[in-house]
Amino acid sequence: MMAAIAAVMLVWGVGWAMNIGLARGGHPSAGWAAPLVFGLTLLVMWEVGVRLGDVSPIILPAPSAIAARFAGSLPILWADFQQTILKGALTGYVIGAVAAFAVAILVDRSAFLTRGVLPVGAFMAALPIVGTAPIFVKWLGSDWPSKAAVVAVMVFFPILVNTVAGLRDTTAMQRDLMRTYGAGYWPGLLKLRLPAALPFMFNGLKIATTLALIGAIVAEFFGSPTVGMGFRISTSVGQLALDLVWAEIVVAALAGSGFYGLVALIERRLTFWHPSIRQ
Amino acid sequence: MMRNVLPILTVVAVLLGVWLLAVVPMNIHLAADQAQRDGVAVVPDTPAARQEVGAVALAVRNPDVMASTYTLERPALPGPQQVVGELWRTTVAVRPSSKQSLIYHGWVTLSATLLGFAIGTTLGIVLAVGIVFSRTMDLSVMPWAIASQTIPILALAPMIIVIMGSLGIQGLLPKAIISAYLSFFPVVVGMVKGLRSPDAMQLDLLRTYHASPLQGLWKLRFPASLPYLFASLKIGISAALVGAIVGELPTGARAGFGARMLVGDQYGQPLVTWAALFAAAITAAVLVGIFAMLERWSARRMGAAA
Repeated sequence: MMAAIAAVMLVWGVGWAMNIGLARGGHPSAGWAAPLVFGLTLLVMWEVGVRLGDVSPIILPAPSAIAARFAGSLPILWADFQQTILKGALTGYVIGAVAAFAVAILVDRSAFLTRGVLPVGAFMAALPIVGTAPIFVKWLGSDWPSKAAVVAVMVFFPILVNTVAGLRDTTAMQRDLMRTYGAGYWPGLLKLRLPAALPFMFNGLKIATTLALIGAIVAEFFGSPTVGMGFRISTSVGQLALDLVWAEIVVAALAGSGFYGLVALIERRLTFWHPSIRQ
Repeated sequence: MMRNVLPILTVVAVLLGVWLLAVVPMNIHLAADQAQRDGVAVVPDTPAARQEVGAVALAVRNPDVMASTYTLERPALPGPQQVVGELWRTTVAVRPSSKQSLIYHGWVTLSATLLGFAIGTTLGIVLAVGIVFSRTMDLSVMPWAIASQTIPILALAPMIIVIMGSLGIQGLLPKAIISAYLSFFPVVVGMVKGLRSPDAMQLDLLRTYHASPLQGLWKLRFPASLPYLFASLKIGISAALVGAIVGELPTGARAGFGARMLVGDQYGQPLVTWAALFAAAITAAVLVGIFAMLERWSARRMGAAA
């Protein structure tokens, strides 16, 4: 046990010394090398600690065991990914986002409603909406439509609030210019206010990517068919197959950062004119 | 503030109205079955035939049954008055120590939430101070803290519960740990931004005063970070509550909001689920509201325009 602790400390010392060197060096590559070294240090500490410390795999499996399980269970992981991410999370995300845009554009026509929707929407966004999962499972059955419904409700409010706030983000000068051009409601919306709202909308869309995955996975804890990431996590935890649980968490992490990255990429393409992106 | 009251009430009234209207079509099939068992004539007269008929059509053809959709014992969608009644029954009408009391279940969830939130926030602030003062920590840890915001780390919850259970630790602590790590990352990211918000001019001024880094932290960076801190705390506390609720699901906990939702779901008592859901929502609203009040109070103390 002492040997394990000493070895873990040693790995930490080596990794941290490398990063101190990287930080002092001030080379531009430190921006990506330091987090990489830090992550690898943690992984090696984990592996060494589990091996030398004889930690039981039903408490903490080693990263190598998780990697082996990941590689060996690709068909299961892919089926769960399809069920939870592609069907549950993505469908719900699209439904919630489209509904939020539609409501935002309707509400935006009335200054009175806007003043009401902004605080109520922000309030609803802070509530534990994921708790509605058992209700949707009862209404829509245990397959993916109930998960998509939970996700749609969860992503609706942050996107709505951000879009409504974004549609108001034009200056009187800009709106006056549109009026001098003789632009009516629709040209003003399409050519001025929607583009001006895009940075806000993407802010909401990016917050919603994580919420969508959380909703889809957690809703499966309340009832699901025998496939899906949440189902796999809860049943494998019960069977103490923690390597499979960790493999699912790796998939969730990859899916989460990939989804977020995709939305951020679309944002860069669509809001290329914004000062935060312009070079 | 006051000029927003009427718009807010309007939006809330619209939401309530939609809910009230939806009760009839959601429950009409159940209500018709119940009415028939009670000896009332219903058209069409067999459950199978009624399944063929749409909800609105069924309601129109049986106007007498419509009222009973609001009073079913096991509705698909309870009426607002039923949820309020159940909330009243389980908070005011029973002793707080009773297993039926939502105050008892609420305290079980709330204590784990608050303990975890305190741990997560403290660690988050400490790490943020470290990141601001150490370039090595900034380079190594910060990208991971930001990346963690895009990952559904809530998925770790069942594993934490089971691992700690197999180590003999049960009850409050495992849920608190989930709450802690969910509130940790938003606080780190927000506080780093906040501690860095003083501009170069202000930092230079402190340098001309020959202030030590510690004095700079205490007299400039901490006060400047307060708005960012409160924004993170409001996100963190609602995440911590969700964490504690989800932490009650996998092991079939006996107490807490999450346990009540599961019980209502498994024993076919929708009112129990709905009451637990609304109680959790009210708890979240109160917690976020407390931090919003503290935020306004601290902003006033620091001389922000009211």
